[in-house]
Amino acid sequence: MNEIFALVEHRQGIIRDITYELLSCGRKLAEKGNTKLTAVILGYNTDNFVQILKGQAHRLLVVDNEVYENFNSEVYQTALTEIIKRQNPVLTLISHSAFGMDLCPALAAQLGMPFTTDCLDVELAEQKLKVTRQIYDGKLNAKVLLRKNAGYMITLRSGCFPAGESSLDGIVEKIDTPVSTQPDYRKFIEYIEAVVGEVDITKSDILVSVGRGVKEKANLSIIEDFAETIGGVVGCSRPVVDAGWLPKDRQIGSSGKTVKPKLYIALGISGAFQHIIGMKGADTIIAVNKDPNAPIFSEADYGIVDDLFKVVPVLKTKILEMKQAKG
Amino acid sequence: MDIIVCIKRVAQTAEADVKIDSSGKDIVKDRLTFDMNESDTYALEEAILLKEKFGGTLTAVSLGTVQAEDTLRIALAKGADSAIRIKAEDFEGLDGYKTAQLLKAAIKDLKFDVVFTGCIATDDYYSQVGVTLAELLGVPHATLVTKIDIQDTKAQVHRELEGGLMEHLEMTLPALFTIQTGINEPRYASLIAIRRAAKKEIKVIGASEIDPIGIQANASLEELFTPPAGKRAEILIGSVDEISAKVAGIIKEKGLI
Repeated sequence: MNEIFALVEHRQGIIRDITYELLSCGRKLAEKGNTKLTAVILGYNTDNFVQILKGQAHRLLVVDNEVYENFNSEVYQTALTEIIKRQNPVLTLISHSAFGMDLCPALAAQLGMPFTTDCLDVELAEQKLKVTRQIYDGKLNAKVLLRKNAGYMITLRSGCFPAGESSLDGIVEKIDTPVSTQPDYRKFIEYIEAVVGEVDITKSDILVSVGRGVKEKANLSIIEDFAETIGGVVGCSRPVVDAGWLPKDRQIGSSGKTVKPKLYIALGISGAFQHIIGMKGADTIIAVNKDPNAPIFSEADYGIVDDLFKVVPVLKTKILEMKQAKG
Repeated sequence: MDIIVCIKRVAQTAEADVKIDSSGKDIVKDRLTFDMNESDTYALEEAILLKEKFGGTLTAVSLGTVQAEDTLRIALAKGADSAIRIKAEDFEGLDGYKTAQLLKAAIKDLKFDVVFTGCIATDDYYSQVGVTLAELLGVPHATLVTKIDIQDTKAQVHRELEGGLMEHLEMTLPALFTIQTGINEPRYASLIAIRRAAKKEIKVIGASEIDPIGIQANASLEELFTPPAGKRAEILIGSVDEISAKVAGIIKEKGLI
């Protein structure tokens, strides 16, 4: 079997965590298929990356040029088309992130290679590629077989392939860059940092978080009131920010904040993986949701299958009673 | 400015109970509601805003069964000038790649400056149709777009990255953008506009017109299954009063009250 490629993802000079998950997945597949794993680094001033990743792959393919300092899918696509055509990996692993989503489908389509996205599990045997994906808002899994081909490309969901220990001694191979300028039709200009809000939700021990289930903006006062009683602050999942009910700095999840409070109370949040990524590090998670099959119940410690508006007022009373008994 | 927006009618599953049907390859649909995919509603709104600003034409395209025409009529009511339905009933085993191929075949002869799609469909969860379509059309793309500012043929584009970070790109039209939710406030269609849209003609095209050779899909579905339970929550049972007392007790035990 030909080699497996894992594409290193970096931003602002730092290798992103998902890269170690790709490499870990790649090593397992390479071992099973009796082949080798190559980490592909497109970057600028890559010596540091090479040092960090040397133990993680059998080979490091390094293309060092200023043009790769900041991600530009057009530049990456041109370079990787060249490299993949030359080296014919059986499978190229890319992260399912803002980076991989922008790159993989166009790159694979250009190469005429079967591809799929957002994979939770991968099986590669006898040149056949089978993956597990999640569909319908994360409520079902699908096993998908790719059209048989000599090469495949997929993106992997973060958090599904634990980054493992590895003590390989990767061979470093530097190659000339196929590209050295950004095209006029797509140029990276700059990063825009998140706006700092009045409350830093990452600092609170107790978070009361709301999702779609809160139904309308007016209902937020009930939640604010409850959060105050319990001594916490209010966070939320994406739909609440999209609707303009809470500011972006309250959003918890992959495109918002990552929080690790002592207590996380999820109210009317179904638990899309983008949200789970941001809150799974909480010590204790209590979820209230009407749908008994909501994915949030796979992450929570305690679950209440009910309408949040029935539960919250009663819970508030109970907590007040307890406080008074104590006081 | 000539604009194309690709929309999809999907089962609304975010708050619904989703069950696998007897074939093991599809879901039980009779108790689900269907509507325009969430990020597509934002893509449509962005398209209408652009048209209002610059004039020109707006065409809405959807690959779907005859019911998708209801969704296209909503687009017409909100501000699209014309609508095309690609007959999903003509095709089997549609994946993101084949969908993009069919969309390309349906729009390749139209004049366009901008193509919009949503950034993800909540049913298939691929996030691949828009980017694949851009590649097939031979135009640049940007995904997860949260802001677009166009002057002449230049677009200043913000993309959403992880952790609250954004990136600013400068792009040249024609281009394709996959739109992230929250970029704007999608409007509602007025009743008068909906009534008017009901009379408009929707162009319907099928396999014989756009897929004579039968494009191969990349991926085929083998089976659906319920995600493994993982660490399941302990579901608290009893009256609301009893459950709340239990929860308060748990919180107290952790030393948080």
